[in-house]
Amino acid sequence: MEKIPILRMGNYLLVTIQVDMHDRLAMALQEDLTRMISDTEARGVLIDISSLEIVDSFIGRMLGNIAAMSRVLDAETVVVGMQPAVAITLVELGLSLAGVRTALNVDAGMELLKAAV
Amino acid sequence: MSTLPQSLAIPGILARDEQMILSDWLKEMSTGARRADLIKDNELRAQCAQFLKLVRQAAQTAGSNFKASVWDPVREMLGDVSRNRALQGFTPSETATFVFSLKRPLFNRIQEEYKGQPHAMAAEIWAATELLDEMGLYTTEVFQKSKEELVRRQQEELLELSTPVVKLWDGVVALPLIGTLDSARTQVVMESLLQAIVQTNSRVAIIDITGVPTVDTVVAQHLLKTVTAARLMGADCIISGVRPQIAQTIVHLGINLLDVTTKATLAAAFNVALQRLGVQFVKDVPKG
Repeated sequence: MEKIPILRMGNYLLVTIQVDMHDRLAMALQEDLTRMISDTEARGVLIDISSLEIVDSFIGRMLGNIAAMSRVLDAETVVVGMQPAVAITLVELGLSLAGVRTALNVDAGMELLKAAV
Repeated sequence: MSTLPQSLAIPGILARDEQMILSDWLKEMSTGARRADLIKDNELRAQCAQFLKLVRQAAQTAGSNFKASVWDPVREMLGDVSRNRALQGFTPSETATFVFSLKRPLFNRIQEEYKGQPHAMAAEIWAATELLDEMGLYTTEVFQKSKEELVRRQQEELLELSTPVVKLWDGVVALPLIGTLDSARTQVVMESLLQAIVQTNSRVAIIDITGVPTVDTVVAQHLLKTVTAARLMGADCIISGVRPQIAQTIVHLGINLLDVTTKATLAAAFNVALQRLGVQFVKDVPKG
C-alpha cells in the first residue's frame, strides 16, 4: 500500500502530499503523523499540499483534524501551498479550517513555525 | 408553404425583367428606408443585383420552399447583409426593408404577367409574399442574433476588464472593485485574486470596494468567501474602502465581518499591510 512519507527535520516534521489523496491514505497519514509526533516529540508539523489539485470534504476535514490532534500533542501545524482551486473548493464546502495556520510556501511556513514554537 | 411551388412565375419574371425590377427596387428603397449615410449607392446596387441573381437561381430549382438547401446561398447572403447592417447601425426594420421593398416591383411585374387571370395572379402573389416574408423574418432573426452576439462579447470583455489585480508592494496585491458584484463576476474576481497571490507570492491582499455601489448579503458572502480562501492559501486579506452607507447596511443585515480586517481607505489598508510585512517608512528630516 502506498504511504505518504514523513520527514523529520530537527524539531519539525515535514509532510509533502504529492499524490491524489484518498480516504484510506488520509487515515493512514493521520495515524502515522500522530505516532511520529509523540515518538519524536516534534514541536511543529508542516504539511505541503502544493501538488494537491483535488480535495473533497473528507480530506478537508482531515486537515483540520490533524491540526487539532497535533495541538493536543503540543505541536503546531501549518498547511502551506494551497492551490486557489483547492481553497475555493474548501470554502464552497464550508470548511474554513479555522484552527489551522496557513502559509504561501514552505519558506513562509517554516518562519511561521519558528515564530510559533 | 406554397401549394404550387413548381408553377412559380418568379424565376421567369426575374430572368426577363431583372434590370427593370432592380431599378424599381432601388427607387423603392430610396423613397423608404434608404440610409445614404450608411451605405453607398453603387454598393447597394451591387448587393441588390447579386441578391436577385441568387433568388432567380434558387427559385428555378426549388420553387418557393425557402427551407430547401438550394436557398442556402440566398440565406447566406441575407445573413451577411443583416450582420453587416447590424454592425453599421441600421435598425431592424431598415434591415428587413431591404427584402420587403422588393414586394412592390415584383408584384407589379406579376400583375402585368397575369393580366386577366385573377386566380393565377392571386396564387403567384401569395407565393411571392410568403417567400419574401420568410426572407424578411430571416434577416430580422440574423440581425437580432448578431446584436446579441455583440452584447455577449462586450459583457465578457467587461468582465475581464473589471478585475485587474495590481501589485502595490513586494508581497502586497490589491484588487480595486468597480461596479455591482454578481455571482459570475465575484467568481472571476475571486479566482484572479487567488491566482495573483500565488503568482506574486503575496502575503497580504487588499480588496478595495470604494467603487462598489451597494453591498447586499450575497456580495458580502462572496467577499467573506474570498477572504477565507485567501487565508487558506496563507495570505491575509484586508477589505478597504467601506463607505458609511455600506457599513450601515452590513450591520443592519447582520453580516459578521468581525474576523476580517476592514479599513475606510485604501491608504489605511496599505499601511496595515506594510506593518504586517514589517516595513517602516522614515521621513527625511533636513539637517541644520
